Amino acid sequence: MAPMTRYVLKRLVLLPALLFLFSVVVFAIVQAPPGDFLTTYVATLASSGSSISAEQVDALRREYGLDRPIWVQYLRWMENLAKGNLGLSLEYQRPNAELIGERLLLTMILALLSFVLTWIIAIPAGIYSAMHPRSAVDYVLTMVNYVGVATPNFMLALILMWGAFAYFGVSVTGLFSPDFVEAPWSVARVVDLLKHVWLPAVVLGVAGTARLTRVMRANLLDELNKPYVTTARAKGLPEWRLVVRYPARLALNPLVSTIGWYLPALFSGSLIVATVMNLPNIGPLLLRALINQDMYLAGSILLIYCFLTIVGTLISDVLLAWLDPRIRLETGIR
Amino acid sequence: MTTPVLQVKDLRVHFFLDEGLVRAVDGVSFDVHPGQVVGIVGESGCGKSVTMKAILQIVEPPGRIVGGQILFQKDSAPAVDLTRLSPKCAELRAIRGAEIALIPQEPMAAFSPVHSVGAQIIEALRLHERQWRPTGPRLTRSEARSMTVDLFRSVGISMPDERVDAYSWQLSGGLRQRAMIAMALSCRPRLLIADEPTTAIDVTTQAQILNLLRELQRRHGTAIVFITHDLGVIAQMAHYVVVMYLGRVMEQGSVEQIFHAPKHPYTQALLKSIPSVNVAPRTLLPTIAGSIPHPLGRPGGCPFHPRCPDAIPGVCAERVPALRPVGPTQLASCFLYHRDEAVEP
Amino acid sequence: MSVLASATPVTAEDRVSVASNWRLVWWRFRKHRLALVSALVLLALYVVVLCPDFFSTQDPEATEARLAFIPVQRLRVFEGRHASPWVPDVVGKRNPTTLRMEWRVDESRKIPVRFFVTGYPYHLLGIVPTRIHLLGAAAADGRDRLHLLGTDRLGRDQWSRLVHGTRTSMTIGLTAVTFSVVLGVLLGGISGYYGGAADAVIQRLIELLQSLPTIPIWLALTAALPRDWSPQQVFFAITVILSLVGWTTLGREVRGRFLALREEDFVLAAELAGASRRRIIVRHMVPTFLSHIIATSTLAIPAMIINETSLSFLGLGIRPPAISWGVLLQEAQNIQTVALAPWLLVPGAVVILSVLAFNLVGDGLRDAADPYSQ
Repeated sequence: MAPMTRYVLKRLVLLPALLFLFSVVVFAIVQAPPGDFLTTYVATLASSGSSISAEQVDALRREYGLDRPIWVQYLRWMENLAKGNLGLSLEYQRPNAELIGERLLLTMILALLSFVLTWIIAIPAGIYSAMHPRSAVDYVLTMVNYVGVATPNFMLALILMWGAFAYFGVSVTGLFSPDFVEAPWSVARVVDLLKHVWLPAVVLGVAGTARLTRVMRANLLDELNKPYVTTARAKGLPEWRLVVRYPARLALNPLVSTIGWYLPALFSGSLIVATVMNLPNIGPLLLRALINQDMYLAGSILLIYCFLTIVGTLISDVLLAWLDPRIRLETGIR
Repeated sequence: MTTPVLQVKDLRVHFFLDEGLVRAVDGVSFDVHPGQVVGIVGESGCGKSVTMKAILQIVEPPGRIVGGQILFQKDSAPAVDLTRLSPKCAELRAIRGAEIALIPQEPMAAFSPVHSVGAQIIEALRLHERQWRPTGPRLTRSEARSMTVDLFRSVGISMPDERVDAYSWQLSGGLRQRAMIAMALSCRPRLLIADEPTTAIDVTTQAQILNLLRELQRRHGTAIVFITHDLGVIAQMAHYVVVMYLGRVMEQGSVEQIFHAPKHPYTQALLKSIPSVNVAPRTLLPTIAGSIPHPLGRPGGCPFHPRCPDAIPGVCAERVPALRPVGPTQLASCFLYHRDEAVEP
Repeated sequence: MSVLASATPVTAEDRVSVASNWRLVWWRFRKHRLALVSALVLLALYVVVLCPDFFSTQDPEATEARLAFIPVQRLRVFEGRHASPWVPDVVGKRNPTTLRMEWRVDESRKIPVRFFVTGYPYHLLGIVPTRIHLLGAAAADGRDRLHLLGTDRLGRDQWSRLVHGTRTSMTIGLTAVTFSVVLGVLLGGISGYYGGAADAVIQRLIELLQSLPTIPIWLALTAALPRDWSPQQVFFAITVILSLVGWTTLGREVRGRFLALREEDFVLAAELAGASRRRIIVRHMVPTFLSHIIATSTLAIPAMIINETSLSFLGLGIRPPAISWGVLLQEAQNIQTVALAPWLLVPGAVVILSVLAFNLVGDGLRDAADPYSQ
């Protein structure tokens, strides 16, 4: 059996054990804040003026199973998971799977869009920068990159939203105009989506683009000094073709292997930006669930996230080996 | 007297560093005739690699050719001055690989690690197809592959069929170097530049590679510019020798003249420092006094004078000696022979 | 060799060859002008960190609803020809519909600004009670309110709050990274140098921590902090939480370095010469990547600052009444409010500035410390 296949199988076998371990950690973290869902619920009710009697609280507690010890609650969760049931959200009183599923599509669209934007801009920019170091374009790009990396996502979101509002009178929150939020899918709805999605996509993409361009430039600069580039040039290859085929290809390898890390991001989107811009993503859902101790919802989302992270890491490692024959053909991967 | 394939006239290559100006090549001239092996020999830092790079116009910034000419004779066409061509222009790219080919120093690092060696050779073939096969149909994949396999066989690589798909790091040092030679010769260049091709391999393999080079050179009539610091290799391979030090030519001549009748003190010192079996045991090995100066701290006047046992006080430190004949085909730049011929500053 | 040591360095290359490693690093760093400027900026910021009250004009926590949303009183240095700093006065008018005070800047009325004025009392460096502040207004009618960056919805002076927020945010960044570095070097070093069981355990731990999604874990951990903890306790807890996840990358790198260094010839030479293990580690191995660690740490600080700012912005990090950049930016969450009072976004600019400065300094350090770069 090829060493690569053996390696992948080994990692896949470890997956359930890791997930089990993560589920314990995740559940512990979700339960960490003092009190439980009902304590927050009661507090919210109290602050808004209404109240709830002690008997009602107790009844609810029994109904949700919050009066059982923690490990019993955990086992109930595990039991349901084994049956494929992600549990019930205490706050929304709906199945978690439904809640997550609703937002999944939009989360993924947004994440994919910003991913594509990032790579389409960053890689050519990085290559150009490395091929013309210290040129005017390089300096401008470098400065833009530095500022881009230095700007927190949500800050950029705030600035852009403020700009759009203050100077154009446009309110750019959410992914749809009010008319289209609940409407069924149609061409008009897609157009509306496109009109709104560019801003979050840009916000999400900026920091990533800046970082990627810098890394690509640095990697490529390292590779351009190597002897095989001289040989290729001495063979008479045109400059652009030789850069793309040889050093750029090698500089890209470590970057392509990070694609696997995008998998969990596809799922959760960016929590902070989504909250600021009021996007119907899974991120804000998780945030609310964590704050309110909606434990099955929070736990399920976190567990799915962990699962995707592990799979994403595996994909990254496989990609790296596949792209670099030195790793692929050497027996025994570290 | 045949027309030389390559004529280097007073080549100057300077590096413009932040710390200062480095005159890596400062007035080098020599000719290469068809079928001839010209050896450029010198210690590290003498500028031999930079000369080689200048010929192909692959000198890296902040280095630049600042003066001189490099005349290349393409068949019956008039000679082209390579220094006048822009490094990226199509004419130069047509020359690189097809007319002048390079065998780089470290074959391991000189092949791309993620492409098979065969693929890289086929790329060279395809790139210059119209030059070595001006008419006729385009090269097909199987044709290119079989040509590569033949090339491998001709340079003595066993099992060429399998080796074509191998990666460079899967091959031993000797095989890699042979593959590199195959790639260089693939388009039948008129001139081969070998940059220390035997430095990175062991002595036995070295002998094989040198034999191979000689054989190929005889067969195809390629001229070779052979760069090395190893005098023994020069003695085996070269017809004509150029001795460089700190960017200038100290002495040049036929291999017999250089080895049997060296005129320049530097050449003499180099030859004296070769260990010999004929000397009585326990004799101290002669060395050249001092060490090579830092490139930014070049001595004024003759570059060798601080270490020269025959330096003339008041003369060698003040002016730079010009390269002048000291024999029928031998030239040296030394005030011992031409007191009055100095280079204009 | 002894001949060389006794001669005084004369030529440039001689000076290079006898300079210690740190000297060389400093010389190379000096050449990066941008990095140098950024280092100065950071130095200035940390001076502010040392004594924020001195640089404040008002008590950062004093609220006065009547003074809400006062616009920026821009400081001018020249009055006519001579240097006499002043700010324009603000005029308030009660809006008849909302009954709220609305302020606008009146350029025609000038309030002179003086240095080293008496203001609200505080303790210099926490010990010396004093009332001296760097800047203050000296209006003719005795008013001494000065709002260099306007006020927020509770009438709190933004400039003073920004100065205090700087202290919190910059300190958290520094301490969190310090913890991370200590953890990372310690665990990574043990893992790399001793190998065996310790290495296996620590490796698995690192993998575990790296597979956990960071932001949700932070969210969860910070949400777990009891609401009634004092600001100092919260501060400390946030620092620990931030550093607990951050040490893994450094730990991995350190481990890799130690593994590679173990095989290096100079370590073997030291062992053969009879040096003890601890001496080898401290005197031979660590110095080779100490500069790299410093550079990496400097580059890690901005990430910590952004993380803390983001967490606090969401309400999960530093909580009011404690002040940090993130807490300040919470006021800017509402777009309508920001449109009314754009100066609320200024803390964001300071975040960007400080992160930029750290990145530039870190890059400069990294390039200067790399012994193989030009």
